Amino acid sequence: MRWDHPPVLFELGEVSLTRGDRCVLDSLSAAIPAGATAIVGSSGAGKSTLLRLLNRLADPNTGTIAYRGRPLSEYEPLSLRREVSLVPQLPALLEGTVESNLAYAAGLASKELDAERCLRLAGLDPEFVGRDVAKLSVGEQQRAMLARALAQGPKVLLLDEPTSALDHATRDAIEATLAELRRELEISIVMVSHDPEQARRLGDWVVRLEQGRAIEAGPIEEVL
Amino acid sequence: MSTSIHLSPGQVAASLALVALAAAISFWQKADLERDIGIATARSFVQLTAIGYAIKLIFEADTLWLVFALLAVMVVFGALTARSRAKKVPGAFWPLLIALALAGGTTLGLVVALGVFEPTARYLVPVGGMVIGNAMTASAVALNRLGDEMADSRNKIEATLALGATAQEAAAPFVHRALRSGMIALVDSTKTTGLIFFPGTMVGMLLAGANPTDAVRLQLILLYALLGSVAIAGLLATALAYRNFFTSAQQLIELEPG
Repeated sequence: MRWDHPPVLFELGEVSLTRGDRCVLDSLSAAIPAGATAIVGSSGAGKSTLLRLLNRLADPNTGTIAYRGRPLSEYEPLSLRREVSLVPQLPALLEGTVESNLAYAAGLASKELDAERCLRLAGLDPEFVGRDVAKLSVGEQQRAMLARALAQGPKVLLLDEPTSALDHATRDAIEATLAELRRELEISIVMVSHDPEQARRLGDWVVRLEQGRAIEAGPIEEVL
Repeated sequence: MSTSIHLSPGQVAASLALVALAAAISFWQKADLERDIGIATARSFVQLTAIGYAIKLIFEADTLWLVFALLAVMVVFGALTARSRAKKVPGAFWPLLIALALAGGTTLGLVVALGVFEPTARYLVPVGGMVIGNAMTASAVALNRLGDEMADSRNKIEATLALGATAQEAAAPFVHRALRSGMIALVDSTKTTGLIFFPGTMVGMLLAGANPTDAVRLQLILLYALLGSVAIAGLLATALAYRNFFTSAQQLIELEPG
């Protein structure tokens, strides 16, 4: 694989993972550079599983994963997860207000909470700060999840199908938010998407998975 | 404080009329419990008769080693029984065994140390049986709830782990709810005791001709001891069992479906 510009963020070598009898990832090798990378592929290709490996929510059965040149297994999982923050596909906020969720995340990362800034970055009006999360729409919850991740000041955001449950208008708004995030923050994004058009809109680099293997990787304009 | 009453086998047999009534209601209303009622009746007869003879022997021997052996057997069977109610909790047996053993040991140790009961077989066997039995029920309910909560809230727990929370932090809300579930039944029945129902010990003493004041005092002591033991058992069972859902790298383990 040829690298011209961005440094490698994650490097996966011969990564395999089985769940029960099913081989989810099959000797997957790929490099993910800094910037915005889209992981694309059909349903069941192993995209979400790959994302979970990158902040050690799961470990592979075999193979190696390096983050910034250092084996992932050498990182302490909790501090790694605060630096490489995963926003899951389904909103899963803790009971309470938007602010209590943001404060919880900031507290875990020992960061001062600037709730207004986090909400603004996630595309939510600051008045959402006191809202009960149970009363938010799915789109608002998704943004609150994003704001919660940002409250930790991560260096990498792992986004699992960030707009899959949303209508077109909300999807466009979240995409605009992500583009804005990249402009405002020194942050890399690794995003799972089943939609090649979305990958093209948001990504610089793309890794295409099929049946647990990386079958293609490269600059977005070359691959898609 | 007690006198004793003597009941003939015929009197016990006469009470089977109520069992027949229960089976008839089940049959009439198609509750499909006739077989279970029959098994429950037979098992209760065999088990209580056997334990009656065992207790008689232990009372006559009056040695603490036999008391501890009997209580240890109760703890093991209690843990095995509670495990069957906590199928969704991986490796539930050891947390339950430790919880029941420590709940029983601590509660009995305290009531003896505080001078409530003498350390003799006559007190330790029945009180130990009640303490371990209630601890078993409470920890079984708590772990049953914990298993359901952990299965239903995987997304939420993993999302919290993804923020860099420890397994303990991620599981805390569900552990708290499970502990509450385990304790709530006894707390509620303690609240209503004397108003809505008379607890078994008090009923037994009154039937045996004891002074009502003595019956009430003994019942209060037992209720308070049970509250303590249920709290200890629920706390230990949930605090030890939730760990089995996580790896040492603070990852949620994959559970077998079903």
